[in-house]
Amino acid sequence: MTRRSTLPARRIVVVGNGMTGARFAEEAARRDPDGRRVRVTLVGAEPGPAYNRVLLPGLIDGAYAPRDIALPEPQTAGITRLRGTAATGIDPRERTVDLDTGERLDYDELVLATGARAALPPLRGLAAADGTPAEGVTALRDLADQRRLAHLVRPGAPAVVLGGGVLGLETARALTGAGVRVAVVEAAPWIMRRQIDRACAQVLARAYEDLGVRVHAWRVADRWAPGSGLVLDDGTVLAGDAIVVTAGVRPAVELADKAGVKVEHGVVVDDRLASSEPRIHAIGDCASHPGGGAGLVQPGYEQARVLADLLTGADPAARYTGARPVTRLKAQGIDLTAMGATDDEAAEPGTESVVVSDPAKRRYAKLNVAGGRVSGAVLLGFPEASPEVSRLFDEGAAVPEDRLGLLQGRPEEAGAEGEGSAGGREAHVCRCNAVTRTDIEQAWLDGARTRPAIAQATRATTGCGGCTRDVDALLKAMDGKGAAKVG
Amino acid sequence: MSPAGRGATATHCPYCALQCAMFVEPDGQGGWATRPRDFPVNRGGLCRKGWTAGELLTSPERLGTPLVRRGGELAEATWEQALDLVAERVGALQAEHGPDGVGVFGAGGLTNEKSYLLGKFTRLALGSRMIDYNGRFCMSSAAAAAVRAFGLDRGLPFPVSDLSGAGAVLLAGANPAETMPPLMGHLTAPALVVVDPRRTATAQAALDGGGLHLAPRPGTDTALALGLLHAARLEGLLDTGYIAGRTAGFEAAWEQAAAWWPERTELQTGVSASRIRAAARLLGTAAADQGAYVLTGRGTEQHAKGTDSASAWINLALALGLPGRQGSGWGCLTGQGNGQGGREHGQKADQLPGYRMITDAAAREHVAGVWGVDEADIPGAGVSAYELLDSLGTPSGPKGLLVFGSNPAVSAPAAAGVRERLDSLDLLVVADFVMSETAARADVVLPVAQWAEEEGTMTNLEGRVLRRRRALAPPPGVRTDLEVLAGLAERLGQPAGRFPSDPDAVLAELGRASAGGAADYGGVSAQRLEDGEAVHWPAPAPGASTPRLFLEGFAHPDGRARFRPVGHTPAAEQADADYPLVVTTGRTMGHYQSGAQTRRIGELAAADPQAWVEVHPDTAAEHGLAPGEWARLTARRGTMLARVRLVPTARRDTVFVPFHFGGDQTANDLTNPALDPLSRMPEFKVAAARIEPAAPGPSPAGAAPAAAGAAAPD
Repeated sequence: MTRRSTLPARRIVVVGNGMTGARFAEEAARRDPDGRRVRVTLVGAEPGPAYNRVLLPGLIDGAYAPRDIALPEPQTAGITRLRGTAATGIDPRERTVDLDTGERLDYDELVLATGARAALPPLRGLAAADGTPAEGVTALRDLADQRRLAHLVRPGAPAVVLGGGVLGLETARALTGAGVRVAVVEAAPWIMRRQIDRACAQVLARAYEDLGVRVHAWRVADRWAPGSGLVLDDGTVLAGDAIVVTAGVRPAVELADKAGVKVEHGVVVDDRLASSEPRIHAIGDCASHPGGGAGLVQPGYEQARVLADLLTGADPAARYTGARPVTRLKAQGIDLTAMGATDDEAAEPGTESVVVSDPAKRRYAKLNVAGGRVSGAVLLGFPEASPEVSRLFDEGAAVPEDRLGLLQGRPEEAGAEGEGSAGGREAHVCRCNAVTRTDIEQAWLDGARTRPAIAQATRATTGCGGCTRDVDALLKAMDGKGAAKVG
Repeated sequence: MSPAGRGATATHCPYCALQCAMFVEPDGQGGWATRPRDFPVNRGGLCRKGWTAGELLTSPERLGTPLVRRGGELAEATWEQALDLVAERVGALQAEHGPDGVGVFGAGGLTNEKSYLLGKFTRLALGSRMIDYNGRFCMSSAAAAAVRAFGLDRGLPFPVSDLSGAGAVLLAGANPAETMPPLMGHLTAPALVVVDPRRTATAQAALDGGGLHLAPRPGTDTALALGLLHAARLEGLLDTGYIAGRTAGFEAAWEQAAAWWPERTELQTGVSASRIRAAARLLGTAAADQGAYVLTGRGTEQHAKGTDSASAWINLALALGLPGRQGSGWGCLTGQGNGQGGREHGQKADQLPGYRMITDAAAREHVAGVWGVDEADIPGAGVSAYELLDSLGTPSGPKGLLVFGSNPAVSAPAAAGVRERLDSLDLLVVADFVMSETAARADVVLPVAQWAEEEGTMTNLEGRVLRRRRALAPPPGVRTDLEVLAGLAERLGQPAGRFPSDPDAVLAELGRASAGGAADYGGVSAQRLEDGEAVHWPAPAPGASTPRLFLEGFAHPDGRARFRPVGHTPAAEQADADYPLVVTTGRTMGHYQSGAQTRRIGELAAADPQAWVEVHPDTAAEHGLAPGEWARLTARRGTMLARVRLVPTARRDTVFVPFHFGGDQTANDLTNPALDPLSRMPEFKVAAARIEPAAPGPSPAGAAPAAAGAAAPD
């Protein structure tokens, strides 16, 4: 036991203090609160504390204030945070990281959590000569973007969201909530092309139109004209004081690339989150694992957990084996869940689909089942079906026979069956004391004509009291019947 | 209801912590009957357990004479023989293994006087550190969370009758419609939000009354509580004035809750985001208007992170500005009859009377003064219930154990292993009134009096001290627990009078020992209770009573309540390919705890004679189960049999079994003894399991009355 503490703590440098980097530090601190096993140095380019990027759209309509989205930053002996500091180079052989402060950090293990950057499409007018966003243009990846956006938009004025994916639609919803007149432009044939099928997208677009958001799918933008708006290739001008570019991201892999670490879109990692250099790891949006997961919070957190288990030695058998991501749109008043393959063309052969389309009520559901398992699903306006369908997909569990019932999200209301239940016996009026209607009628015949008398005779109503009204009604009915007979 | 007739004794029910008031009177046929008595908690109501409680007083299953194991069989003995034997064996074991070679296991069903004297007996007569009790399996997580939030733990810091005035009540992991039905009389007016993996009777009552049922996957309660806090903030429903004025630590707690926006919470818990928002709105709106309560039960507390779960619910209550406000609050629904008083007076491994810590020098000094001993004569802290049971008969654990009012062979987690430990003891002594599964394994069984045969006090779930009255004399050959302790103490060389067998004398001493402590009974007297006064502790002086705590401030030095920055961590055991389902456990209307009492009452045993398992019809079909047939459940630690009930409202990934049965129907043979780091609560509510048809069904043992065992107020 004591021998371990005499070993020097393993030096871990984490590049990136975003959601997964900060989460890794938190997980490491939980496993090693005294910093005996690992010393973590977090290098973050942003000046302030770590925050929850996923909630950035919520800052637009005031759902959150900036301080509301701060991430936990445990102050423990083992963690050092370098804010406003960027890593500029890695030497895998010497195991060092160069910082823009001129400092050089030694590491035993390096964790790349550099995330991704907004991809600016090659559209005229979007970028200034130096590659930075032009006037009126912003992405929405970090707090600086959000502040920039806040200055560009105002209630009643128009804005354009370029890119109708999840972030674009969440941003559009928040902007319209803040009173901005919003148009969404999507180059693909329909919005959320990667998550939902066309039919759903059409209903979703109508739901957005109801909120005052104009949706232009399968439209090609030509150029951004500051002071005017976004000009489409047919010459249409979508008015806008601002344009928010939410048209995809690129993993931030320059450091890894320069250091000779294998990169294919993201930093290629195995189930231990190790790159082609065994002591260099990558998690979150900058990582590329065969099982997927980039771009979503939950897989990033899962990777942070696994890597913390491995690097602190808490669980050397921990592995990340991929994700079965479920997309849950955060847009007030719109309930959308999507998972797996929902597009008919992408469906594997033998897929059975259950589809409920109710455009007038802005509802649409599709459940694709292959081999008895959920292979894909999209649920718009079916909030109660979402948890169970998501679970079946996530666990690869058998889909129940009543698939329509599953989409309706309502359990059958039939009572329990089986030994010891009411099945086959008369139902109880008073559950607490197992009193049936027959018992109460018998007590009435024996002369119990008031509720207290019935209670005395049968115990009915003396438990939770939930049957009081039922007993009163029975009494009234019997009094009526009895009187009629006598009359 | 009607006033006491001739021969009717006004007392309280022997079962749960609601402690319904009742009369006990002769039934005219040589037995004893009970009927409800008007009282604020039960308002003239009783459940079927209360109505039938008299039956056990004259049951042929009653133990009437001490039993001593000779040649493998339990044989009748005199009290002198039995007590002499126990004292002699205790002495021999302690001579060989030291004072900690013998331990004591107590219960949350014991009176305040017994709880107190049992702690004193262990520390002085045995000189042992090794005492804990089954209340560790009940209240410990909520207690730990309440202490760190409010500086003091009293299950309900307000009278139950306050609940009816609220606009909304959230019940997390509590099923009072099944487990304490008369409480529901206080919950008819508020809208209910019920958090339970099952559509329980309470959840159904919520829906029938226009409230909500949130059915999380077992083990995700903390995430759900964090998600509700997040949703309440999004809805602008937090009480920022209260947070600023009466609490500390909100920001750090929020940083944890910030990660649980409703949609992410949905993916983790299985409760839809829309229902999370609706629940937050319902509760938060009521909080700002008529008042609201957050109440927790074992469902959310019996986890290896149960203290954090309870803290997460407290955080929600604090953020909405509920605790310490008249008409609003946070509370925990205590389970066992004296689950409140039983945790206050020294049955816990680390505590002395009045919630004093045994490691606190001033506390030791005070109690030593009352006991008339040197402070150094009081041993230090022992270990928690499961750790104690799991160490029995091992090189480091006690070789002898005295059990009072508990049936750990059925009620402990990973019970098969605990039975093995009990069987490995050199000496097992059980004081009980029926032959429980634990008593059946004992070397010495001591027959003791039942609730209606003795005097004493109980403290109900609202911290109100109640008078338990004697309606009839115990049968010949039966002694009270206090008499047993007195007899043993004398034989162990304790001075005369140190262990009084008169309950009122013990109460007076308990009052002195607890005086100045958090749970102060200094002003509680038998006379005040006889006079019908409502005495809620702390009651430091004659006339003092505290029905509502924290109205002026919380019990921390600065008067502020503390948020705890708790996050969600997964259950200790996850479902996997070999154990694809989650099994969760709980109680049912007609039975109580290990079932030792209720399985011996004809009407109750007839209604639920055997264990059952609640399964969703789709899950049943997938595993080849048919309704009414026997199924075998298998977890990593053991197996059990239960009859299948199909429940269409169940979660497909979760099955439920009641824990009231013994033999091969022991639900706790499945449960996980992973312990909460702070409260040492085992993870009763989440175990991974598989289920399959079981053709032959169970052996005769384990079911209802004829079983070889079944026992006490566990």
